[in-house]
Amino acid sequence: MNLSKILKNGFLILVASLVLSACATQKKATTGQMQGDVYTGSDSVEYLASGVPDRVFFATNETVLTTASRETLRKQAAWLRKNSDINVVLEGHADERGTREYNLALGERRANSAKDYLMTYGISSDRISVLSYGKEKPVDSGSNPLAWSKNRRSVTVKAN
Amino acid sequence: MLFRYLFILLVLLPVKVFALIEVDITRGNLTPLPVAVSPLAIDKNSKENFKKILKKENLGSEISMIVENNLKQSGLFNPLNKDAFLQKPDIANLKPRFEDWNLIKAQALVTGKVTFADEKLRVEFRLWDVLAGKEMMALAFTTVPSNWRRVGHIITDKVYERLTGEKGYFDTRIIYISEEGPKTNRIKKLAIMDQDGFNNKFLTLGNELVLTPRFSPTNQMVTYLSYFRNLPRVYLLDIETGMQEVVGDFPGMTFAPRFSPDGKKIIMSFAKDGNSDIYTMDLENRIVERISNHPSIDTSPSYSPDGKYITFNSDRSGYQQIYIMNSNGKNVKRISFGNGLYGTPVWSPRGDLIAFTKLHKGKFYIGVMRTDGTGERLLTENFYQEAPSWSPNGRVLIFYRETKTNAKGEGFSAKLWSIDLTGYNEKMVKTVTDASDPSWSSLLSN
Repeated sequence: MNLSKILKNGFLILVASLVLSACATQKKATTGQMQGDVYTGSDSVEYLASGVPDRVFFATNETVLTTASRETLRKQAAWLRKNSDINVVLEGHADERGTREYNLALGERRANSAKDYLMTYGISSDRISVLSYGKEKPVDSGSNPLAWSKNRRSVTVKAN
Repeated sequence: MLFRYLFILLVLLPVKVFALIEVDITRGNLTPLPVAVSPLAIDKNSKENFKKILKKENLGSEISMIVENNLKQSGLFNPLNKDAFLQKPDIANLKPRFEDWNLIKAQALVTGKVTFADEKLRVEFRLWDVLAGKEMMALAFTTVPSNWRRVGHIITDKVYERLTGEKGYFDTRIIYISEEGPKTNRIKKLAIMDQDGFNNKFLTLGNELVLTPRFSPTNQMVTYLSYFRNLPRVYLLDIETGMQEVVGDFPGMTFAPRFSPDGKKIIMSFAKDGNSDIYTMDLENRIVERISNHPSIDTSPSYSPDGKYITFNSDRSGYQQIYIMNSNGKNVKRISFGNGLYGTPVWSPRGDLIAFTKLHKGKFYIGVMRTDGTGERLLTENFYQEAPSWSPNGRVLIFYRETKTNAKGEGFSAKLWSIDLTGYNEKMVKTVTDASDPSWSSLLSN
């Protein structure tokens, strides 16, 4: 892991917290399953191990990690440290409200923002690969904000 | 060679241009030109032979139906009902009785005949200006019988060109992605069909996800994205031989490929460590060149027809917008400044316009703007539509549209649509399955 990456991550996290606090004061749109437009429910979430959720969710057009996402990824990092023989693929996804090609890039960027965070918690980049599906593999076929929020995600999948 | 069997043999009586009928295609045509397409005459012997080879009862009327359908779909012509025709098809070699065609209000008339000679299909046809009582064009050519649908398309192209002054777009094909299955688990295949939806062929089996196919300038090759072995990479497919090869085998994802106008390079995005930039690969020497270098997402590159410029979309301003740059990556300029997000810029074959997808206030638009970003015109609005591709004459755009699902998440479909540059003549393009990511070929018989 190189230093610039760590610095970049630190910066991302800082930005994320700034954005979040800004959001929190502006709009407290909590529908029970969404905060802002980030999904907070447990529908579609699977577990890598007991208490280790497999996915994190993103705001529209965003790639920064929320507080909840960082907590999830810290649990994943702890689990990966314990299971050093397991490698993972981070599958990045976008909702259907964007052009196909841009969404492929966005999914790649989301998965990488999860990867960078796992790396800052000591997981070697050799153990993590990234795969973007863009808008190609929605988990929810709905055409509404809640469905879209479930689809904007990075899912950690065991590679072996 | 895919199209070597098509020879245009001779032009009968080349006609000087008089002030005859003209169709203005720069405006939406509210009164399409009434045209009579007389069924092509066919002698008894030819009829029997074609029936044997092609299983078509009367090839003459089959071909004229292709012409009629093409003319109708263009929105610029109104092919008249054959039941009203007073003269029989056997007028191919005669001067038509213009009074008879005038009576049914035809302004243009297409006549011709088709014969079977030396195992080949020979067609001759003429275009007449009914009001002026003059022949506007006469043409004959020979091809293999299996090309009979293309004969109809070529006749249409010639008629269209003579009447509008611009090249047609009927003897062309569409490469696209065929889609089946539920929205959460779509099976996608590479498919190709004639512009009018006939002769559909699947080029992949659906075992891996494939996306965004685009023709080479000669239509022989296709570049596309395949998830073969779960590695999203840009591939090249030779349509004739079926040979496939990976061209974007970089340590990351390669996507959004297109050919350069000379067919020698592939331009594409390469994503690594969360950053997508634009690269080219020379197909001869495999030299890879980095064209854009920015920490933002740069994707959907498309060359200008002269190869000097590249348009692409980038979120370097914070949101997805359209940019142009020199083909070496220098002199990057943002050109989209309207409200909303802009993506999928694609340069018109005429060079003067860029078509794009725009997302604004929850709606998707297909639009065009000049290459300096001025003159933005939105042609169509919908819940979801994107990825326009130009007809080879730059007059029509084909794109795909996805439906909004209901409260239960049901009712998803993806279809191809086309619309004229004028904003008129919006219509669904028939496909055998659901479809997306269309790419229009150039004229096959050029």
